[in-house]
Amino acid sequence: MGSMNLTLKIWRQKNANDKGKMVDYKVNDISPDMSFLEMLDVLNEQLINNGDEPVAFDHDCREGICGMCSLYINGEAHGPDRGVTTCQLHMRMFKDGDTIFIEPFRAKAFPVVKDLIVDRSAFDRIQHSGGFISVNTSGNTIDANAIPVNKEDADKAFEAATCIGCGACVASCKNSSAMLYVSAKVSQFALLPQGQVEATDRVLNMVKQMDEEGFGNCTNTGACEVECPKGISLENIARMNTEFLKASLKG
Amino acid sequence: MSGLLKSSIGRKFAMALSALFLMFFLLQHFAINILSVFSADAFNKASHFMGTFWAVQYLLQPVLIFGVVFHFVMGFVLEIKNKQARQISYAKNNGAANSSWMSRNMIYSGLFILIFIVIHFIDFWIPELNVKYIGGDMSGLNPEGNFRYYHELQEKFEPMWRVALYCIGFVFLALHLLHGFNSAFQSVGANNKYTKGLKGISKVYAIGLPLGFIFIALFHHFNH
Repeated sequence: MGSMNLTLKIWRQKNANDKGKMVDYKVNDISPDMSFLEMLDVLNEQLINNGDEPVAFDHDCREGICGMCSLYINGEAHGPDRGVTTCQLHMRMFKDGDTIFIEPFRAKAFPVVKDLIVDRSAFDRIQHSGGFISVNTSGNTIDANAIPVNKEDADKAFEAATCIGCGACVASCKNSSAMLYVSAKVSQFALLPQGQVEATDRVLNMVKQMDEEGFGNCTNTGACEVECPKGISLENIARMNTEFLKASLKG
Repeated sequence: MSGLLKSSIGRKFAMALSALFLMFFLLQHFAINILSVFSADAFNKASHFMGTFWAVQYLLQPVLIFGVVFHFVMGFVLEIKNKQARQISYAKNNGAANSSWMSRNMIYSGLFILIFIVIHFIDFWIPELNVKYIGGDMSGLNPEGNFRYYHELQEKFEPMWRVALYCIGFVFLALHLLHGFNSAFQSVGANNKYTKGLKGISKVYAIGLPLGFIFIALFHHFNH
């Protein structure tokens, strides 16, 4: 497979207050073996050599585990491939001569900081409101394995815990709902005995924080599940709904 | 429990409960309507019972009206809130890649169903109220002394325009139910080993029921 010449339509926005707009760029000789972020590196090198401002985008580990990279590529979070983050997206998913739209994740709760970088600290605040268990670490901490857990529950908790908090669910949702993320964080504890002590407060506080951040309401389109790089299941949202109702009835 | 409707999940749950109630009502409505295809007499008797039995008229009917109004008002409220959650839309959005058309357009299918319901109420419900509660005639009989329901039904489906309108209404109902049926179960927290089977039932219900209603409308149009 030969190299590709591409037209990129990229959202440029100087800062949080700037209005921002889509700008066209051309990149040539892109290898199909490059990752999407490497392609953007090529573009930025080109921009820097020309004395222009490089495109700002989030990235860190570049191996699909940190959840830092984002981008809405050709109308989908993390691009057209399934089960991958943008750093794991190969340029072979595109064809020579393609036009590629590259936009930031859009949601009122994820304001743009610059260009393609959005502020996802709303997720951190949701996590702080209850996404933890309180453990005594004074020196006589009980080993987690001391409490037996059903294999099936352990597996489901683990699957929920693979959420990397990238925000693709919010970006893909037509309602900008954060329910897949929050439900994964609720589920990973709700399924385990260690999570029971704080279960009621956890789900109430996390959902309250989620609503306060300005995320939309889930309408079960299932877009989040399809676009999630970690394959977090809608089952978690159903579980969170039940947990929330149980907790609401308690107090 | 207080302020449950102020939370996103509470609203979602309320939306689902009203949906489940309306879907049950629809099944009941269909069961009585289909009688008209087999027996005018049975249809007349069932209609008279539903139209005059106090528990149906004074308990279930108000609950139904509340359910309908709640479902569409909440639907609009949620739509507005959800629109506000994304103020700048994408230059390019490929919704078809990850979700069904029905799931993304519930507000539009719902809006058409609402228009249909208004027409349907003007056609059947308001004349009923007029005869029974304003005219004070609870007998259910026409001047000739026979039950009037079957005859009125046939009369209504005589004009082609009304039959066409009802058929279009039922197509939108099918589109709405194709997403709504499963969605209601997901919202009340039922997503488990039965979900796959439920999806099959939902397709049968979502397509079968509106098709049945269309059949009844066409049947009376052509058999008059």
